[in-house]
Amino acid sequence: MSSVDFINENINWKDITPGGEVYEGGTAADFRTGDWRVSIPEFIADKCKQCLLCTPVCPDAAIPVENGKRADFDFDHCKGCGICAKVCPFGAIVMKKEEK
Amino acid sequence: MAIRERLSGNEAVAIAMRQINPDVMAAFPITPSTEIPQYFSTFVANGQVDTEFVPVESEHSAMSACVGSEAAGARTLTATSSCGLALMWEELYIAASCRLPIALACVNRALSGPININCDHSDSMGARDSGWIQIYSENNQEAYDNFVQAYRIAEHKDVRLPIMICQDGFITSHAVENINLLEDKEVKDFVGEYNPQEYLLNQDHSMAVGPYDIPAYYMEHKKQQAVAMENAKQVILDVAAEFEKISGRKYGLFETYKLDDAECAIVIINSAAGTAKDAVDKLRAEGKKVGLLKIRVFRPFPAKEIAEALKNVKVLAVMDRCEGFSSQGGPLGAEVKSALYTAGSTTKVVDYIYGIGGRDVRVENIEEVYGALFDILATGNIGETYRYLSLRD
Amino acid sequence: MANFKEIMSRPERLTGGHRMCAGCGGTIAVRNVLKALKPEDKAVIANATGCLEVSTFMYPYTAWTDSYIHNAFENAGATLSGVEAAYNVMKRKGKIDDTFKFIAFGGDGGTYDIGFQSLSGAMERNHDLVYVCYDNGAYMNTGIQRSSATPMYADTTTTPAGKVSEGKTQNRKDLAEIIASHHIPYVAQTTFIGNFSDLHAKAEKAIYTKGAAYLNIMAPCPRGWRYPTENIMEMCKLGVETCYWPMFEVIDGKWILNYKPKNKLPIEDFLKPQGRFKHLFKKGNEHYIEEIQKDVDKRWEQLLKFCEE
Repeated sequence: MSSVDFINENINWKDITPGGEVYEGGTAADFRTGDWRVSIPEFIADKCKQCLLCTPVCPDAAIPVENGKRADFDFDHCKGCGICAKVCPFGAIVMKKEEK
Repeated sequence: MAIRERLSGNEAVAIAMRQINPDVMAAFPITPSTEIPQYFSTFVANGQVDTEFVPVESEHSAMSACVGSEAAGARTLTATSSCGLALMWEELYIAASCRLPIALACVNRALSGPININCDHSDSMGARDSGWIQIYSENNQEAYDNFVQAYRIAEHKDVRLPIMICQDGFITSHAVENINLLEDKEVKDFVGEYNPQEYLLNQDHSMAVGPYDIPAYYMEHKKQQAVAMENAKQVILDVAAEFEKISGRKYGLFETYKLDDAECAIVIINSAAGTAKDAVDKLRAEGKKVGLLKIRVFRPFPAKEIAEALKNVKVLAVMDRCEGFSSQGGPLGAEVKSALYTAGSTTKVVDYIYGIGGRDVRVENIEEVYGALFDILATGNIGETYRYLSLRD
Repeated sequence: MANFKEIMSRPERLTGGHRMCAGCGGTIAVRNVLKALKPEDKAVIANATGCLEVSTFMYPYTAWTDSYIHNAFENAGATLSGVEAAYNVMKRKGKIDDTFKFIAFGGDGGTYDIGFQSLSGAMERNHDLVYVCYDNGAYMNTGIQRSSATPMYADTTTTPAGKVSEGKTQNRKDLAEIIASHHIPYVAQTTFIGNFSDLHAKAEKAIYTKGAAYLNIMAPCPRGWRYPTENIMEMCKLGVETCYWPMFEVIDGKWILNYKPKNKLPIEDFLKPQGRFKHLFKKGNEHYIEEIQKDVDKRWEQLLKFCEE
């Protein structure tokens, strides 16, 4: 069971972890920051040459690289900053207004 | 087999540290505790311990490194005094709230300013609300014995809190006295191996320490920490009972001296208790019903037990070797009065500020305190409750 | 060194779901430094208080897949010294078999200023660790106050440009040079350029050089610098092409210049896109820009001498 499954705002003082320790890594992956977006990147796979220049510039690790190739965006975490679209030499990422 | 020796308080604590053979010591020198890391560095240099000694550039970094080391899974200690402890202040709270059982040898010295290198308790008393267990020592034997017991208390699963073992600067730290030491193996077996359940260098899974805690969690964490401090009281007694088995020396939360039928008594901490016992003996020889309560454990504060021990005392002086600038006395006075009030006591209490900045405390000074208590007893008039002892008026 | 594709294929060691601002440069710095870790190695991360800390470990959400410790603002260096000491003794005692690496992250507040002493101590003692400063040139977490890394004439909330003030009147301190004077095995300065090969290479050297290492990474903050989030790579490029932020290494005391612009751009190219310098472009303020240019030129010439270029 992940810490974030049992540590929530209903936890009592007896069950909370001492000193706020968390006994695993990467639990933030369960937290959605995608809701923050006002712009959303669109990945146009046809135009992508898999140069991967968009991958190191993402502050939110929202461009997964699988088998040496980038996949579509992780929209749970992408905050829509637009850096990736700006660095793409091939126009394979376009920013659009987020429709809520 | 006890080993008879003649040692200063600093040597005694350094030997306890060698016998414990901790993993990491991070320290920065400050009078009068400097000798402790000095002696310990010699043990490191001669291969008598396995410890990594980190000669940091300040006390703030000493406690910061201790926090890192202890969180990483290593049994860790340091030593300091006075301004050194004050510089650690922020880190003391962090060590406690991260629930790290670090041990600190505190050699009590006055805080600046003006700068003064001599004994008083303003350093550790200033840290009294930081969440550290505080145990005080009357002499080198107690300093040694308390340090040997420190990790058993701090690392206990119901506690997990840092611990400060205090002794008086120069008076105890530098004066050479007879002492009984335990064999190295006895200490090693008593203290045991440190195997924390969770630590940063755990190979099986990652761990995160020191979060940003939002209001939804902070209070629950503090309550848990407060309960750990309450738990420490029983653990201290249990560890003392075990320690008695190997040493023959008995320790409690405090020591009472001729208190049972005492009409007038004083509450005191550390080395001046020895002087005060002589005063009690002298007055008892004159037929005066006087007694003494010497605090060993100040955090957690054994309020109920103290109130119970003082229940027959008619007039009490609480001796504070530290100003509190509350305009009402020092911190020990506030604690004792609070304990008595909660217990419904009607004992009359005066608070004495004494011995600060190393002002000498003699038997006749303590006799003077008892004399004042008998005046209150006789007249029923308490007068000024916030007094200075041995002050030139 | 692994190639770009291999590096980017390594597992993420700073996950999404942290609360840093959209377009944050600090996070880009951290992600890419961590990419230089060999996947088989473990790490303990220490973090000074700052944006990064409050946003990446908000209980119970840690964005770090490795073990992580936040202690306080001014002591990431000392804290990690303690962790490294613990590792040495536990390894010696046979309690640990795996290889752990030690990396501290601090902003310029926690590094240049309040954490300076603790950092200096850790470097001087030559602990086997890396200290990484993500330098965005102000105390961004508390709301864009000046630091000793803030460039001259920047408008910050404690050096506001006003009727009689043109922003921060003092110069910025050169921390990489100061740390180099500790004579540690490895010091480098870099930022985000192209496919990050310079940053990845320096991070790898820093992590895998025995002893203390220091990385100074310019990591623009879109809020504090006042530019649109998507332009971060342009900001970094202009920083380098104007010689405001040179990329260099100091390996065992030898200074090496990693990039020399063919046509050094005027400093106003770097200043102009940033809202924090807007006041310098008012008519009559040209001399402030000239003054900054002179300073950049002076520092660049000095660096060329250090590097025997």
